[in-house]
Amino acid sequence: MMSRTMDGTVKSRFSAQKPRGEEAVLAPQLRPERKNRASIGMTRPLFAAVVFLALVGGAATSLHAQVAPQRLVDSAKEPQNWLMYSGDYAGRRFSALEQINISNAAMLVPKWAYQTMAGGKFETTPLVVDGILYGTGQDNRAFALDARSGRPIWQYQRALPADIRPCCGRVNRGLAILGDKVFLGTLDAHVIALDAKTGSVVWDVTTVDYSKGYSITLAPLAIKNLVIIGVSGGEYGIRGFIDAYDAATGERKWRFYTVPGPGEPGHETWEGDSWKIGGAPAWITGTYDPATNTTFWTTGNPSPSNRGEGRAGDNLYSNSLLALEPETGKLKWYFQFSKHDDHDYDATQVPVMVDQGDRRLILQANRNGFFYLIDRTNGKLVFADPFARVTWSDSKDANGVPIARKDASPTLEGNRVCPGAAGATNWMSPTYDPQTQLFYVTAREQCDIFSTAPQAYEAGHAYYGSAYFPNDDAAPFTGALRAIDPNTGKMKWEWKHPSPTWSGVLSTAGGLVFTGDAEGNFIAVEAASGKALWHFQCGASVYSSPMSFAIDGKQYVAVAAGSALLTFGLP
Amino acid sequence: MALRAQDKNPFAGDAKAAKLGESQFRANCAFCHGLGARGGGRGPDLSRAQKRHGNSDAELFRTINEGVPGTAMPPNGATQQGVGMTEEEIWQVISYIRSVQAKAPAQMVGNAAHGKELFYGSAACSTCHMIQGKGGRLGPDLSTTGSARSTDYLVESVRSPSRRLAQGISEAMKEFSQEYETVTVVTAEGTKFMGVVMNEDHFTLQMMDTREQLHLFDKSKLRSLEKSRESLMPAYDQKTLSDKDLQDVLAYLLAVGAQ
Repeated sequence: MMSRTMDGTVKSRFSAQKPRGEEAVLAPQLRPERKNRASIGMTRPLFAAVVFLALVGGAATSLHAQVAPQRLVDSAKEPQNWLMYSGDYAGRRFSALEQINISNAAMLVPKWAYQTMAGGKFETTPLVVDGILYGTGQDNRAFALDARSGRPIWQYQRALPADIRPCCGRVNRGLAILGDKVFLGTLDAHVIALDAKTGSVVWDVTTVDYSKGYSITLAPLAIKNLVIIGVSGGEYGIRGFIDAYDAATGERKWRFYTVPGPGEPGHETWEGDSWKIGGAPAWITGTYDPATNTTFWTTGNPSPSNRGEGRAGDNLYSNSLLALEPETGKLKWYFQFSKHDDHDYDATQVPVMVDQGDRRLILQANRNGFFYLIDRTNGKLVFADPFARVTWSDSKDANGVPIARKDASPTLEGNRVCPGAAGATNWMSPTYDPQTQLFYVTAREQCDIFSTAPQAYEAGHAYYGSAYFPNDDAAPFTGALRAIDPNTGKMKWEWKHPSPTWSGVLSTAGGLVFTGDAEGNFIAVEAASGKALWHFQCGASVYSSPMSFAIDGKQYVAVAAGSALLTFGLP
Repeated sequence: MALRAQDKNPFAGDAKAAKLGESQFRANCAFCHGLGARGGGRGPDLSRAQKRHGNSDAELFRTINEGVPGTAMPPNGATQQGVGMTEEEIWQVISYIRSVQAKAPAQMVGNAAHGKELFYGSAACSTCHMIQGKGGRLGPDLSTTGSARSTDYLVESVRSPSRRLAQGISEAMKEFSQEYETVTVVTAEGTKFMGVVMNEDHFTLQMMDTREQLHLFDKSKLRSLEKSRESLMPAYDQKTLSDKDLQDVLAYLLAVGAQ
């Protein structure tokens, strides 16, 4: 089925043999920048007619995947679609669809499944645009499906070099869409634009040399004409960065190094040359505030992750929230969650924008176990309170920022600290439900024994300086879906998981919150109370964040588990 | 990963490589095999000269790189947690394992034949444990445990079985294995069952009762469900099983495990 093409990618014959009739009619306005295809023989009057149809509306559903930047800003106007990784620019992962609700959730049934047939964690959150679902799979697969039936329209798989070494599985969390293209970050640190209709590669740019330990696993974020990505690689002593590419051409517009170089503010927070291998990868999708034209990104651990010797200082901008100007990458302000971290407490959790009265906030339940409320106009902390068991910090500075205990650092013999290395939460998305005004997050109650393992840096080699272990003596680790009131930081309710899960959370206007567990259940609970209303056994642990869409007036909820993307709806 | 095992470790006897290997070991292997390679609740003691899946350089390389099917040992780089190792790093780890490998003979001081008598006789281990198809089903099958666990762990499991419960089913993508927890349920009809948890999730329970009957429950339909981390296995103190007899039982487990 698979064949290798000239551009070095593997494609299935779905795309190779796809008839081009519809595309030929609509193509010119959809991809004016295309150069690598034979010209499309369309007459001017026909072209004008198509444009006219688009302008008078009604044609929106036939113009598949024509996603102008303003549609992303106005995503609330089309709740049937899921236009970006977190559902909206605010990162709320909230669906305004309410057909599936507390009165009928118990009747949910599977509608269709799509199998990638790949092993490892399946972390995608698919996009849905006008009836077409776009997702990614393990090993840099990408696919477009008929969202009504689950049948593939095209499938893509990158031919990855044999020597890539992503830290934590050959994963990818999803695509961004803009215009007539979808954008994929790859495990060999490329950014690729695929034709949304065919899966053909439109452009392919190298962000950085993957052999130094860089990879890309996040879903890019499209803002205006730009595609913004960040890199993974905090386990390899990389120097993290966030990049913006011109969506039309793939030209890089700016790069923001998350570890400042000589002469830049923050450079002084690194000892000696440690900044060169300082880590601080930005491996989860950011959010965007159109009102202030600010994009918010979060960063991961300084390298080596569990050994602070040799990198004395706060290690900016590791474990931080960054407010950037999208056109330039200029830093407006930052907030660092865990200074000089030696517990692998990446702050790579989606920074969720919430407005409370006239307060403009960012909410983040951090991997370090604290729930933070931050003023997103200036980066000042409002408060930080634990949402899970915390032992690494028992005090706060004058601004209320939790600070680390001196004796919490890893030792050669091992030091038991909570949360453990996987954190009180991790990359799995939280959700904010504007109806209940609650923030829902997957919490992991797991403490680890942190031990140092001194090692020299070697380019492209694992560089943890550490080891960690579950504490065998402790009671079993657990997890929970927790509903937090952002006004107080207090927990309203929790739904307990038998063991820690890597599933994210979706809230919907139907009064529901969806999440998954390590035991393979996909679960709907009542958003107000945490009472379970429905569950389905997926057959494998859920390592993804669910989403919702509608087609033909019917609402679906989708989640990836095992090698299957599963969708559910009413009978 | 396309790494191939050569016959000999290019870093054999290289103390510097062993030191580098220790770091790799701590980061990649110690999670299951313990900080000093002396075994943990999950992985065998690698300081023993005898290794179930081969102790030559090439065999160790293969085991590390390809994993061991049917066991918790994953192929290099496939743990989904942590990074994979390069060929060079695997050899360094092997150098490290060699550096800690006990020179002591593999044989235990105990009398394996007497251990077998105890196992199937007065110590009554076989009431709940099976070895090579013979014995009970309520506890873990111990056919390979001797080679898969450290001696310290085995001693602790006999003397204080509740301290670290044995691990049961491991599911492919699930981080944590099910443990041999004790469970007592009362059904809607009022029937009481006590036994071990085979598996469970938030909604259902799969258990084996003390009569080795499997029961599959929807938790919401039970009158009561109580779990305990107090093992159903009795703690064997010195009176029940002397140190010498314990050594004999362990010798039996090791002898069987080596087969």
